[in-house]
Amino acid sequence: MKSISYDTAPGRETHMSIQIRNLTKSFGKLTAVDRLSLDIEKGEIFGLLGPNGAGKTTLLSMLAVLMTPTSGTATVDGNDIVKAPLAVRKCIGMVFQGGSLDNLLTARENLQLHAKLYGVPMEVREQRIAEALELVELTSRANDRAGNFSGGMKRRLEIARALLHRPAVLFLDEPTVGLDPQTREHIWSYIKKLARAEEMTIILTTHYMEEADLLCDRIALIDRGKIVALDTPDGLKRRMGGDRVKLGCAKACSAAMLARIKKFPFVKSVSQEDGQLVLVVNNAPKHLQKLLKIVGDVEEVHVLPASLNEVFLQYTGREIRDESAEADMQAMVSGPGRHR
Amino acid sequence: MSSLEGVLAVWWREVVVYTREKERAISSVVTPLIWLFAFGAGLGASISVAGLNYQSFIFPGILAMNVLFTSMFYGMYVVWDKKLDVLKEILIAPQPRWVAFSGKVLGGLTICAIQATILMAVGALFMGIEITPLSYLSALAGALLFGMGSASLGLFIGAKLNSPDSFSLVMSFVMWPLFLTSGALYPIEHLPAYLQVLVHVNPMAYGVDLVRGALLNAWTYGPLLDAGVLLAFGALFFWLGKSAFEKMNLG
Repeated sequence: MKSISYDTAPGRETHMSIQIRNLTKSFGKLTAVDRLSLDIEKGEIFGLLGPNGAGKTTLLSMLAVLMTPTSGTATVDGNDIVKAPLAVRKCIGMVFQGGSLDNLLTARENLQLHAKLYGVPMEVREQRIAEALELVELTSRANDRAGNFSGGMKRRLEIARALLHRPAVLFLDEPTVGLDPQTREHIWSYIKKLARAEEMTIILTTHYMEEADLLCDRIALIDRGKIVALDTPDGLKRRMGGDRVKLGCAKACSAAMLARIKKFPFVKSVSQEDGQLVLVVNNAPKHLQKLLKIVGDVEEVHVLPASLNEVFLQYTGREIRDESAEADMQAMVSGPGRHR
Repeated sequence: MSSLEGVLAVWWREVVVYTREKERAISSVVTPLIWLFAFGAGLGASISVAGLNYQSFIFPGILAMNVLFTSMFYGMYVVWDKKLDVLKEILIAPQPRWVAFSGKVLGGLTICAIQATILMAVGALFMGIEITPLSYLSALAGALLFGMGSASLGLFIGAKLNSPDSFSLVMSFVMWPLFLTSGALYPIEHLPAYLQVLVHVNPMAYGVDLVRGALLNAWTYGPLLDAGVLLAFGALFFWLGKSAFEKMNLG
């Protein structure tokens, strides 16, 4: 399998794990993924960040060949998702958003089923199952039924299962959605451990800023099926330019006052929204005093430090958990394509 | 090689899950017993058919009914698997789709075989039906021959449906008509012409005939015609079901 991938992907492209070219998926009138192109390097932890219904899961489903694209294509570890779906399936592991464990089977039986379906050789099967259970600290619960597990344990077991056949690429679809903060941090530490231990490309979707910020080498901000920004977490924050300061002024600001504010070198931009003065400022805590001197009396002051949420807001004009994005997803669920 | 292992893995999963779903297993054996002992014995108190007591006469029909209902519900159960991501986990594996489908059909047949065996034991112990090893095996073969078609039909419907809401429609328009026009509950010789036509085009009638012939040596069509029709029915729906699995789009 490896030799084929090298034949079809010459030169420097061999260290690309995933190459996406103009990938599109439409459900009737709704375009869930819109002519999307993207390269992901081997060994990267790559985040697809966006609100619900942005097209992240659809993108993942196409890469995992659960769905055929409307147009365009992609290669996963050198295998074309349209022309060689079986080869793609062999080299990927997937952790689904919904529960995908057999609740009536024990943890070990769930892993055994997976190993058999993926043709993990009999000689190494039990050993790999033991290792996978060890990694996610479920060895002592191996013979308990998955149905008795907590949400976090189930997710850990699903991660362990996805690793049994040593995939080159691991997809995690919203790996920590619905888990409590403590469990979430637990899962994060497993993902980090994995990325260090195995030379695996990990692609995860999330709508948690914190998760993307903490785990990912690079992040693509996705909105309405398109990539609106692509960079490292720090790079994205730097693009934001700084902290946002919102000042609720007692009186309307005069044009002269705005002009004076704009002259400060640390002020990147100034705008007025609903009687509030919205500024993007480098190192807001340090310069706040100078701003207040010019503006005079204010009723309220908000300082929002640079975060991915702010970046998202700047690029898309909406919050990451925007209502209209939820509505898009509803349209997708009831749409003719029967998207989950 | 690995495909065969895949089929066996899915089959194993289905059987293990069945043995752990106590409610499903118990209800699927209790229902035919109610038919036999409440309906069969009740009506049998006043009538007898073809020289047999009525309860014995319908015994093979109830056996076939159990195969029909068990295997079809079993097949349609994939709708629930679809709702969660359980089915995706199996279908995303590097195996052709026929692997999952065949494993499911085999699983359904195994469940039918277990239940048919329990029913025949009840028949032999409590209903005075004479069952020899040969008649047991041939009745079982007949039941499974029919089961291949009905399990495939159930899986075919399950692959097409998106929600379990339509289960009752399938019961009203497929399962009950198949059962009631199969000759499971009455001999078909004296039926009015229109009903005879319905029976003759019903594949289940040949399943009932094969099982009844094997157990009671009372035939309408004969073993060859029965087996031929059931094989054709099984092959047709096996193919249709497999194709439906291949087309199933999972997001």
